[in-house]
Amino acid sequence: MIAQERLTPEEMAEIDHEIALVPMRRAAAIEALKIVQHHRGWISDDSLQAVAGYLEMSPAELDSVATFYNLVFRRPVGRNVILLCDSISCYVMGYEKIYGQIRERLGIGFGQTTPDGRFTLLPNACLGTCDHAPALMINNELFRDLTEENLDEILDRYH
Amino acid sequence: METPLTQHISFDRPCYNLRDYEKNGGYQALRKALSLSPESITGTVQASDLKGRGGAGFNTGMKWSFVPMNGHYPVKYLIANADEMEPGTFKDRMLMEGNPHQLIEGMIISAFAIQANISYIFLRWAYKKAGRLLTHAIEEAYAAGYLGKNILGTGYNLEMYLHTGVGRYICGEETALLNALEGKRATPRAKPPFPQVSGLFGKPTIVNNVETLCNIPHIINNGPDWFKSLGKGNDAGTKIYGVSGRVKRPGLWELPMGVSMRELIEDCAGGMANGYGFRGALPGGASTDFLVKEHLDINLDYKSVAAAGSRLGTGTMIILDDHTCPVGFVHNLEHFFAQESCGWCTPCREGLPWTEKILLSIERGEGRSEDLQLLETHTRLLGPGNTFCALAPGAMEPLQSALKYFREDFEKHIDQKKCPWR
Repeated sequence: MIAQERLTPEEMAEIDHEIALVPMRRAAAIEALKIVQHHRGWISDDSLQAVAGYLEMSPAELDSVATFYNLVFRRPVGRNVILLCDSISCYVMGYEKIYGQIRERLGIGFGQTTPDGRFTLLPNACLGTCDHAPALMINNELFRDLTEENLDEILDRYH
Repeated sequence: METPLTQHISFDRPCYNLRDYEKNGGYQALRKALSLSPESITGTVQASDLKGRGGAGFNTGMKWSFVPMNGHYPVKYLIANADEMEPGTFKDRMLMEGNPHQLIEGMIISAFAIQANISYIFLRWAYKKAGRLLTHAIEEAYAAGYLGKNILGTGYNLEMYLHTGVGRYICGEETALLNALEGKRATPRAKPPFPQVSGLFGKPTIVNNVETLCNIPHIINNGPDWFKSLGKGNDAGTKIYGVSGRVKRPGLWELPMGVSMRELIEDCAGGMANGYGFRGALPGGASTDFLVKEHLDINLDYKSVAAAGSRLGTGTMIILDDHTCPVGFVHNLEHFFAQESCGWCTPCREGLPWTEKILLSIERGEGRSEDLQLLETHTRLLGPGNTFCALAPGAMEPLQSALKYFREDFEKHIDQKKCPWR
């Protein structure tokens, strides 16, 4: 199958760097998906085919890897991705209230994106900051000790 | 009281860079180790009785001793398992953010002991700060000649790479982690062959938890007898214990292995938060059995926790308080396990979502009296020996103990056709 989309020289250079570290091209599959997602925001079918071709894998095989991992996005996401921890310590400390407040404030539930593309909201397994629960991440930033008071101020920082 | 793992960790200042770490004795253990034979290092670690801090609690030196050392294997790997994703567990994050060079030094010594020339840190995606600090620390270690070719003029070579995962709990299972590092779906592998003989890309591989590896420099510096003397009861060394939930001061503490559960909850965590009572705790992450009030005086070492019917696991405790519904609590856990099942084997793939659905219906007041029997049946069908790896048996531990200790709460939901906490 011929990819409709090509990898950019920059993406290829980054993927080549990863391929050089492993004994076979396909072993760089996860790194390559991360690289393309970093540049494009998500992994479209066309992007998937381009990566698969580059790694000499079938698209189906690469898709089985892509869909296995929670943080490879096979659907478009908003400019900012909220990962709300829904695991046990955050459950005990009341993440459901935080979830309710986000739903009310942004009008989206888990798996949804605001119509203006500003936020996507996803549930996330334990963020490993349980002594400061409840917690969430937005893009690469961790926010802890969430309260109904500080949540609004945190969301306001992202456009 | 000695706290070797955290003695140089303070979050009131930036973590030590290479120079500060060296000024405080850093990389002395590596210098010593490189003058010893690899086999004698493994022997020392085995004699120290250091047990794996990732949850399984296997003797670390013994694990290393299974790696072939006869020269027929030119490629071997050492991997730090930094995919901390057991719900309620946050100790390795602290060790990596607090003192990244301690982990790197432990890894170099461990790699030398098994004569591996390539090492990886398999880091959770979410640990951004740890990733930044480790990247910088690895660069510093290369520049100082602790990594790369001909380390400190000894002729020993070691490369170190940081790999960040893309999120699946099963990646913490060591054979699944190997598949993830090979760029594949992270499904566990059949054992044997064990990774020590045939691991990453089919080569001999050791996978150790971050906390385990951080202990290595101290054991090399101070010897196995010193390490044993740190423990209070059945086990050697110190342990990073943690408490989360409705206590006054949730947090992490480095304590002698075998401290009592009461001491941890009452002295370290300050006891229950005002207005909350203690009902139970998962002593070592989500996949351990509940301990309750009658267990408060047990010692938190591998043997004592096992004798009380649970597991020390990761040593990071999650408290169930008297304002939290035990059914909702267990439903949250089983939701996690059902979601994170890799789908490879049928009991886990089918059984965990079924369990989750039953718990949700009970929590919503739609439970039937026969549901408790059905849940109990699942704890056996998904138990040890019936699944491909330890995920589903681990998932059954909090469920089976909740059915034992909080049975009345389950029955109330069914009788009253609602959750009494909502």
